[in-house]
Amino acid sequence: MKGYRKYFGKKLLWFVITFIAAVLLNFILPRLMPGDPVAAITAKTAQGLTDASAVKAIYEQYAEQFGTKKPMAEQFFIYVKNLFHGDLGLSFSQYPRPVSDIIRSAVGWTIALQFPAIVIGWLLGNILGALAAYIRKGFDKIIMPIALFMSSLPAFGLAVILLVVFAVNLKIAPVAGGYGFDMIPNLSWNFIKSVIQHYQLPFWSVVLVAIGGQAIGMRSMSIYELNADYVKYSRFLGIKDRKIVSYVFRNAMLPQVTGLALSIGTMISGALVAEIIFSYPGLGTAMLQGITMSDYPLISGTTLIISVMVLVATFLLDIIYGFIDPRVKAAQFD
Amino acid sequence: MKNTIRQVFHSSKFLVGFVIFAFLLLMMLIYPLINPGDPLQMIGLGTFARPGTYVSVYDSVGTKPSTFNLPDADANRLAKILTAEDRVNMVNWFTAAGVDITGLDTQDTPAMLKLWKANYSSTVRPKGMTKAMRNYYERLNNAILSANSASKLTVSEPNADTGALEEKSEIAKSDYVNVSDVSNVKVLPLGTDNFGRDTLKELVSACGTSIRIGLIAGAIATLIGLLLGLLAGYLGGLVDDIVMFFTNIFTVIPSFVLLILISYSIGQEQRGAGTVALVIGFTSWVWTARSVRSQVMSLRNRDHVNLSKLSGHRLFRIITTDILPYIASYVVMAFILQISSAILAEAQLSLLGLGPKTTEIPTLGLMMNWAMLYSAHLNGSWWAYFPVILTIALISFSLNLMNTGLDQVFNPTLRD
Repeated sequence: MKGYRKYFGKKLLWFVITFIAAVLLNFILPRLMPGDPVAAITAKTAQGLTDASAVKAIYEQYAEQFGTKKPMAEQFFIYVKNLFHGDLGLSFSQYPRPVSDIIRSAVGWTIALQFPAIVIGWLLGNILGALAAYIRKGFDKIIMPIALFMSSLPAFGLAVILLVVFAVNLKIAPVAGGYGFDMIPNLSWNFIKSVIQHYQLPFWSVVLVAIGGQAIGMRSMSIYELNADYVKYSRFLGIKDRKIVSYVFRNAMLPQVTGLALSIGTMISGALVAEIIFSYPGLGTAMLQGITMSDYPLISGTTLIISVMVLVATFLLDIIYGFIDPRVKAAQFD
Repeated sequence: MKNTIRQVFHSSKFLVGFVIFAFLLLMMLIYPLINPGDPLQMIGLGTFARPGTYVSVYDSVGTKPSTFNLPDADANRLAKILTAEDRVNMVNWFTAAGVDITGLDTQDTPAMLKLWKANYSSTVRPKGMTKAMRNYYERLNNAILSANSASKLTVSEPNADTGALEEKSEIAKSDYVNVSDVSNVKVLPLGTDNFGRDTLKELVSACGTSIRIGLIAGAIATLIGLLLGLLAGYLGGLVDDIVMFFTNIFTVIPSFVLLILISYSIGQEQRGAGTVALVIGFTSWVWTARSVRSQVMSLRNRDHVNLSKLSGHRLFRIITTDILPYIASYVVMAFILQISSAILAEAQLSLLGLGPKTTEIPTLGLMMNWAMLYSAHLNGSWWAYFPVILTIALISFSLNLMNTGLDQVFNPTLRD
């Protein structure tokens, strides 16, 4: 058990360190900019306002909220203290709704969309990649260019194309939103049906892009493994092809798990932008709203939550990796 | 070196990628010569003019016509006049008036008209038809009759003194002008965008800007990554620990989040294309640093490096002559991938409204953003967004292909 404990302890330590770094960056980056950030944010918010006292009131409110008049260290402590209470400030665009409330209603949609999509895309991509490596010849020649092209398409591009083809032209899927615009979220059968209908296009746009990238990686890994000495030796020993393929697949899988851990941030950010195309009520749309409305607390809140999501996903993948990597397993017998 | 390049170009994947990329670059160089001018100039009023050739109506009236008697001219003219709604209404009239319409195809204009002329009469009052509808059918009938009549159109000009209209010329139905005789013809292969700008011209310019952003960001990211990776991998110890500390942190914190925070803080006014490229470059070096470090670590204790150390060579010389050549192919590949991910990052940032400021030069992301803001995808203006998506996809496809090709050349285990 010692090997596991050491491995997980190390991963947990990194998780905590990275979390602190993410919070620090979220705090520092906007404050690092030259000039008075509050004045800049006020100018953006107060665009079109001519009433000087209103502008001043907005400025005061921002200054109060960010506490920019206090010393940096004290500001940070207040920020962290609020964070522990789940207080991310009040949204300006939906005043007086707290940012944490907006995020709470959005984060479920994003996780429900991205988690299954990325897992399924990863699995399908790996199976296709392994098949391409194993079968080679015709299959490989067709699958690979398609996979490469798919992975080159940005997620939002695929989202637009799917939207235009299936929602606008064929009219077999809804154009926007997470559920029918005439509905109130509840647990009725109609609502669930509407949610599932609205789920299809965003889901497939994430899955298809993920498949492409994963298939290419898995193919290279599998080819690499198929040429390894142990495969030749196993063939020489007369071990059945299917058995060898299962070895190869398992060995090629390990780097793919690491690869997923390393690229999950990119995948999630791509999918967030795809969300915007469908006006899906998730974090991406909330963030876009924050940006277009110059709602600084909302932007800061969503970026922090996205960082935390990626952190947790990476941490979980590291844990899974620990269980399936024979080297970590072997370490516990030391 | 020469041999390596020859080998690289023998890889079909690399070659295909290279040809696509070279074609895009060539377009960027040549198209502005054919169609010079400011890509952001708003030439059209109104949004999303369809792709096609636009002939000046004013000038074609003044151009000397030739006479052609084409048999299907009338039918074509009528087909254009009759909208889909008109056709449905005509069928409604036939049914209401009790005309036999079995076997009638609504798209077959001559048949429709024949039936219409044979049966329509303004005195017929089908049951249940409102006065407004009857008036509509009368108007429709007049439109059909006038399109079919032999009358000419008269072009008149107001007299400068009296203001009275004076006849200038007549246009017969059989008058045709040669498009090359008309002095003002505008070809818009991709129509105009939401601001009435020539989309193709804009796209070519945007493609250039995006590739430049990709090159700058990729070069910065690769340089930083290479430097940190070399130092961490070769020196090891404390330097390695420090570099790895930051690298580990930034691999997990998504660079996209950093990009958003930094771009937002910079503010719209200060955000030129160059600034965006810098920001992307400074947030995406982590990958390169990680992999260069692990490559250098495996090289560090090779015999030739040790020999170099024993001969008393300096650190700089060891790195440039004994380590860099071994990882050069890898660095080139990383650079290629950095370019394509930087172009994608710019597009995603712009879609969020955090791209370069909108007044100076177009980028692929900004074009996409404009198209989405003006709902080009919902109103059927495919020319405003599809070519942009295709260009982004082609750029990264070609770069990915080149990368895979290089990978196969330098990694013999991956070869087919």
